Amino acid sequence: MKINDNNMTSDSPILSIEDLSIAYDHDKYAVKNVTASVQKNAITAIMGPSGCGKTTLLRAVNRMHELYPNIETQGKINLYGENIYEMPTIRLRRKIGMVFQRPNPFPTMSIYENVIAGYKLNGIHLKRSERDEIVETTLRDVTLWDEVKSALHKKGTFLSGGQQQRLCVARALAFKPDIILLDEPTSALDPVSTAKIEDLLVELKKHYTILMVTHNMSQAARISDNSMFMFLGELIEYEDTKTMFTNPKDSRTEGYLTGKFG
Amino acid sequence: MDKTIFQKGKTIISPSRFGVRNFQNRLFFLVVLIFALITISMVFLIIGTLVMKGFRQINWSFFTQVPPDTFDAMMAKTSGHLIPGGILNGITGTLFLVGMASIIAIPFGIIIGIYLYENGSKRYANMIRDIADVLQGVPSIVVGLIVYLWVVVDITDGYSALAGGVALAIMMLPLIIRSTEESMKMVPVTLKEAAIALGTPYYKVILRVLIPSSFSGLMTGVLIAVSRVLGETAPLLLTTLGNPAVNWNLVKPVSAVPLLIWQFYNDPNMVDLIWSSSLFLMGFVLLLNILSKWIAARHSIQ
Amino acid sequence: MNSDKITKYVLFTASLLILLVSAGMVFSLIQGSIPAFHHFGWKFIISSKWDPTQGREQFGALAFITGTLFTSILALIIALPMAFSTTLIVAEFFRNSRIATVVSTLVDLLAGIPSIIYGLWGFYTLRPFIVSIGLSPQGYGIFTSGLILAIMIIPYATSLSNSIILMVPNELKEAAYSLGATRLEVIWNVILPSARSGMTASYILAFGRALGETMAVTMLIGNANIVPTGLFSTGNTMASVIANEFGEASGLHLSSLIAIGLLLFVMTAIINATGKFIIKRFA
Repeated sequence: MKINDNNMTSDSPILSIEDLSIAYDHDKYAVKNVTASVQKNAITAIMGPSGCGKTTLLRAVNRMHELYPNIETQGKINLYGENIYEMPTIRLRRKIGMVFQRPNPFPTMSIYENVIAGYKLNGIHLKRSERDEIVETTLRDVTLWDEVKSALHKKGTFLSGGQQQRLCVARALAFKPDIILLDEPTSALDPVSTAKIEDLLVELKKHYTILMVTHNMSQAARISDNSMFMFLGELIEYEDTKTMFTNPKDSRTEGYLTGKFG
Repeated sequence: MDKTIFQKGKTIISPSRFGVRNFQNRLFFLVVLIFALITISMVFLIIGTLVMKGFRQINWSFFTQVPPDTFDAMMAKTSGHLIPGGILNGITGTLFLVGMASIIAIPFGIIIGIYLYENGSKRYANMIRDIADVLQGVPSIVVGLIVYLWVVVDITDGYSALAGGVALAIMMLPLIIRSTEESMKMVPVTLKEAAIALGTPYYKVILRVLIPSSFSGLMTGVLIAVSRVLGETAPLLLTTLGNPAVNWNLVKPVSAVPLLIWQFYNDPNMVDLIWSSSLFLMGFVLLLNILSKWIAARHSIQ
Repeated sequence: MNSDKITKYVLFTASLLILLVSAGMVFSLIQGSIPAFHHFGWKFIISSKWDPTQGREQFGALAFITGTLFTSILALIIALPMAFSTTLIVAEFFRNSRIATVVSTLVDLLAGIPSIIYGLWGFYTLRPFIVSIGLSPQGYGIFTSGLILAIMIIPYATSLSNSIILMVPNELKEAAYSLGATRLEVIWNVILPSARSGMTASYILAFGRALGETMAVTMLIGNANIVPTGLFSTGNTMASVIANEFGEASGLHLSSLIAIGLLLFVMTAIINATGKFIIKRFA
């Protein structure tokens, strides 16, 4: 793995991953010895062929692996210098929001309720005015407000895929997290919705740090500031996107980018 | 794009909320665990009672002799001996009844199951399927009532093995129908289509492809249906009533293990026999259950 | 005629058996109960008198209807938390682990125990226990029967609920966890709302099962042909009165028993149909 510091703007690392390894069933390693620092208020893309460990790496950041007993994690991940394994997961997951590959709004809740689902799930009671304000602001932030403002109390399942995904982004923004994790957020969407989400992410990065797994190289090239390339569980190359695409250091990176394997 | 103002004021959440929520979470788990443990312990309690109390009374004569009459039983009890005799008439009776019920229910059940499989979601098929479901939910005593009216009154003029067999057959039928349909659905369609494409007549496709491929599923369904009716008492009370001797005559009453248990229960001298009989019955049911699970497991690797 | 057509006809004809049996059932039940309804009219359903003595026969189903309903409802109330907890253990907390397999096998075992054995155990173990803790002098009655019924329907409710809960998509749960919810919060806010209709249906079906149960209840309810007066009062259910009095019944008595059978048939059919309908439409 290589970290090329020269072209990254120097802000303190909000998220630092130290020698992280993740294994399934004791000995099948999906992620091997990854060390990296993620830049604040930037979009970092994680790329690589199928099975390279990129999603596994992403999900380690908000400790999703702990839901599955056959996954073991070694190494450290620090959020603003604090080891995430020493925090209660409830607290950690307030600071990190997640958007999944396929839009998954809660089908039994209305659009309104989906946006503030984070609060409801955490048992936090807000005044009606606070709730309304959070819902409206967040939906405006994801440019969904005008499209749904007259149907806030309907269930979200009638929305299109792209709208549902924006709703899920809104839901993830509930606690104004420091980091937003996205796992191939547009792979299930049509090109128009994809473009809207990409624009949204570019806006969001001004206030949030975005870590995104993508299967789509051009997407990474379009919107990410920094890119990681992973292969067979290892972090092969990590630098600012422009450099990686124009002048990759590793032959495997080049192979992937030129389509020799995918 | 709209330029909106991002709010950066964070909602302040007091840390103690974490504690409360964690506590609630753990408490819930504990309560759930306790309730589940109570449920499971019932199994051990009940079967354990059977084993402990019934073990002594099981010997060779248990399987080879009929129960004693109540006087002999009383003599044995007062002198501290084991009650002589066994449940031979019950064992043969159960075999007779269940065998008869199977002969009736299995062919019909499989054929109807195939019909439903072939006709999927057409209106008539749906109706048949729904009615079969209703049939499955009919209380066993009502089935007994019906068969009493049909067979005991109209056909055999008195309690009979036939009535008992018919009652059990009615109870087995819906189970076999459903498991047949489900098993057939699991056979890959391509198999059936390959046979048809070769010009095989439909009945041969059924006999040579569908049934063999779903055989383990069919077997499992039959075993489950049998294990379900083995222990049925209520319908038999109204149809065959019981017989102190071994009987293979269709039009005469026949005994059955559950019926014997009921008789022993009602006779203060024979009460000790209930445990061994129950243990035997339970053992049989268990055996069939294990057998059907084993068959299901063996063939699900396909 | 080509053989395929014959085969199709054979299959179709077999299916008629179902129609025959079910129609025949309804017909015979109605036919057998006509004398009772003719004699007592609709009051049969709401009358609690039950007197088989020759010459002044009075029959009414109310005592048994109430007995059936009380015991079954009590059974459902007791079974619900047990079945629900067991389902959560198998389908959520220990999902896919060996513990889940062991637990569900044990629960299946519980389902396989014949009714008469439940009755025996209830009579010789549960009843003395209830007497010993002073709840009832003899241990017979609605409470004891309801308790044994509860144990009998738990496996039924559990296995249905298991499949319902297992069907809740993983991604919904993950989304909730990613928002920082605890397990309880995920269960309460995400899993249950999604599974609500299926769970309701499974408990309705379990209730239907309890309605028709005969042997275990007969041995524990005290066989008093009265409307039950309290939680520990004795009484009788529709199924158990039929089992008990059938042997020597004839004429109007027999017809009344058949009428009760008809009522029981209708009740269970409606309850079961409701449960299945809910599953089809909402789950």
